[in-house]
Amino acid sequence: MSVILEMRGITKEFPGVKALNDVTLSVAEGEIHALVGENGAGKSTLMKVLSGVYPAGSYTGDIVYDGEVRHFRKIRDTEDVGIIIIHQELALIPLLSVAENIFLGNERARRGIIDWRETHDRAAELMARVGLKENAETLVDDLGLGKQQLVEIAKALSKNVRLLILDEPTSSLNETDSEKLLGLLLDFKAKGITSILISHKLNEISKVADTITVLRDGAAVARMDCRRAEPGGGVDEDDIIRNMVGRSLEDRYPPKGDRVPGEVAMEVRNWTVHHPLHSERRVVDHVSFHVRHGEVLGIAGLMGAGRTELAMSLFGRSYGRDISGTVAINGAPADLSTVRAAINAGLAYATEDRKTFGLVLDDTIRRNVPLADLEAIADRGIVDTHREGEVAETYRGRLSIKSSSIEQRTVNLSGGNQQKVVLSKWLFADPDILILDEPTRGIDVGAKFEIYTVIQSLAAAGKAVIVISSELPELLGITDRLYVMNEGRFVGEMPTAEASQEKIMATIIRSGERV
Amino acid sequence: MTETTAPASLGAKPGGSMGAFLKRHVREYGILIALVVIVAFFQVATDGIMLRPVNLTNIILQNSYIVIMAVGMLLVIVSGHIDLSVGSVLGFVGALAAVMIVEAGLPWPVVAVVCLAVGALIGAAQGFWVAYFKIPSFIVTLAGMLVFKGLTLWLLAGQSVGPFPPEFRLIASGFVPDVLSDGTLDMLGATKINLFSLVAGTAVAALIAVMAVRGRMAQARTGAVDEPFAFFIMRVALISGALVYMSWLMADFRGLPNVFIVMALLIAVYSFVTSRTTFGRRIYAVGGNEKAATLSGINSKRLVFLTFANMGMLAALAGLVFAARLNTATPKAGAAFELDVIAAVFIGGASMAGGVGTIVGAVVGAFIMGVMNNGMSILGIGIDYQQVIKGLVLLAAVIFDVLNKQKG
Repeated sequence: MSVILEMRGITKEFPGVKALNDVTLSVAEGEIHALVGENGAGKSTLMKVLSGVYPAGSYTGDIVYDGEVRHFRKIRDTEDVGIIIIHQELALIPLLSVAENIFLGNERARRGIIDWRETHDRAAELMARVGLKENAETLVDDLGLGKQQLVEIAKALSKNVRLLILDEPTSSLNETDSEKLLGLLLDFKAKGITSILISHKLNEISKVADTITVLRDGAAVARMDCRRAEPGGGVDEDDIIRNMVGRSLEDRYPPKGDRVPGEVAMEVRNWTVHHPLHSERRVVDHVSFHVRHGEVLGIAGLMGAGRTELAMSLFGRSYGRDISGTVAINGAPADLSTVRAAINAGLAYATEDRKTFGLVLDDTIRRNVPLADLEAIADRGIVDTHREGEVAETYRGRLSIKSSSIEQRTVNLSGGNQQKVVLSKWLFADPDILILDEPTRGIDVGAKFEIYTVIQSLAAAGKAVIVISSELPELLGITDRLYVMNEGRFVGEMPTAEASQEKIMATIIRSGERV
Repeated sequence: MTETTAPASLGAKPGGSMGAFLKRHVREYGILIALVVIVAFFQVATDGIMLRPVNLTNIILQNSYIVIMAVGMLLVIVSGHIDLSVGSVLGFVGALAAVMIVEAGLPWPVVAVVCLAVGALIGAAQGFWVAYFKIPSFIVTLAGMLVFKGLTLWLLAGQSVGPFPPEFRLIASGFVPDVLSDGTLDMLGATKINLFSLVAGTAVAALIAVMAVRGRMAQARTGAVDEPFAFFIMRVALISGALVYMSWLMADFRGLPNVFIVMALLIAVYSFVTSRTTFGRRIYAVGGNEKAATLSGINSKRLVFLTFANMGMLAALAGLVFAARLNTATPKAGAAFELDVIAAVFIGGASMAGGVGTIVGAVVGAFIMGVMNNGMSILGIGIDYQQVIKGLVLLAAVIFDVLNKQKG
């Protein structure tokens, strides 16, 4: 088989982070090539380089497609040669029909006037090819997620796809729809269409993939050929997992010290949360857990496991509807019905999405830091600006926020320093229980270490700290105890001393397979 | 770029250069400078008519109701919303006052209180839908604009109602009595200069200067001073000087108009509220990032609700002032005022997206519009060109804002 795509020595840097480091990916024509790796390993970045989201020149290395070195400047360039990417978040317009969506941006038109007959005829043809039995005039909004995925694929086919990239296509599909989609990929393979499949579901991968490339920390660490595996055996999932997570815990984490967790700070029982729009969907499903004073508790899981939803629903019911369950803080039932009540009960939640939920970006460090507890620097509603300056200055020093002064607007800070401002805000509110959601996402190693140090000192001071993270080494490096969450449920609990990345990944994957 | 040299207690800390500072704050100074330049231009172009005491007094009276509403609108816009109904509410409240005073013969102080309460209620009703049901404020207040325009017509039965009793008219056309001079004529038979006006103006100017210096010293203690010393002096001197000069000019006519005192108080109170109170801070946070504010325990909904109620009350106050000034309530009162008010706030540097803007900026914005109206009228420029020029000034101010932001 000839090679259709070869990405050679791709390196892509973001300010302060090397997202891809000399990655090589070789895809044979007509195969199904699986790309696996942990969150943040660089899978999506690599595919964005390939599909022209990051234009030529913003990365180093060569993309050889169809025997030629290509310099894709925009998504349209890649689509013109038959490379189509389908993102995890579907790019469909809900209130347009299936046919309109299929030809969006590529309308069947003559001199700008749409030929509806051709649109519908061609759409029906494409829908038949992907096995979508619907009327072409049905609104996408009225279709289930599985069928919407098929619309995306039909859209790809309409552009004469030769290399189809699917980013986590089955993550939100049920078993039947997933099977159907995988069958379709095999069908395409028979017709000579090449696919790159990004997935966390290793059982699916071993079912359909011909070759697997494993990414870790922005580098391609293994290439596994599934066709050579012994008949019946397939690839060993444990092998894949080991390749995905296999790195040692270097001195990237400050010592935990020999603290002994104290009394239970917060106890959550049967916490259940439904999706705000699709009220029948349980995003958090009968979750029970506790955290002690002086303990760093980790919650591991893949993206979409429901961890953020759990945290935000606890923090003043900021997410979801039909929330049920009980929370006790220091042994007494706690009122967490509003954010204010939750803060008063001693809870704090530092968001994973600091730009959307954490900071008033247009405002200065000085104004952001005291925001969660303005009363503390005010007298009868009048802000003591002198005190405000002192507070901001104190935290700027304590968390070493790199900035010209406290008058710098937070929009101009780097990710790590923005994160430190968010942390400062919650430290100033002086909570007993801190929930830190992905506290080190997208920040450099040095800043990570500083944030870990803050976390350890909080625990040493008797605070209960809950860390939600998708980076397993981080959880293993800083926590005392771990829960594993998958698909809205807590599927495992272990002391960090007995945990390993393999064990956590295995817990996640096995729980997923049971469903 | 030059380092500033200044006394240690007041000086900018090393590293804060004038150029860099100017770049960051070009907007705040720009608007003040623009007003000065516009005034100077018309002063020359009108051969000095612009700053004659009678004309200056006139400008203040003419624009008082716009300024009063701009103060409320600034809060609404900072919180991330808009209120299109203020012109209609102004008209409605004026009509209500006329019906109650002229037709029902109720005492005017009672009527004034009732009218302010009605205004607050109207604002609250609109704010209720905006804040608690997330109905876009554009729609809610567009509806309010139509509703109150209609109710004004109904209330006045299509007629103008007036005149008001003289005491009521004093709100808009009265002057603070000169308690410091004996009212006798000088040797040439002209009234003496209004001493109270001069003294009050100078006192306020001095107060502003003292507060500015104290604020700067407090900043210096935390090492957070970043305004170069020369700018600080220039800014304080310009504002205080303008105040003294204005009060001197007005002293030469009839003294300080009552409504000027009302305006000055509103500006002072609301500047303080926006910059120094937890309430004000939270409005900026809500407008800047509602989600982050809510997750910081701020009751965003109640704040938005209150800014609308406040806007309604200030629109009612403006309605009373306007009716008193015209000495009659007409069904047409307030038509398109909301556009002048909103334009003033945006010229003053507020952001459509919310979270940005100052009371002083909005007031200066209102006066830029007012001075241009006045100056162009003196020059005999037709209303047609006036509209075009005002539109272009608004566009230019906002383009300047956006480009400035993109650069920074």
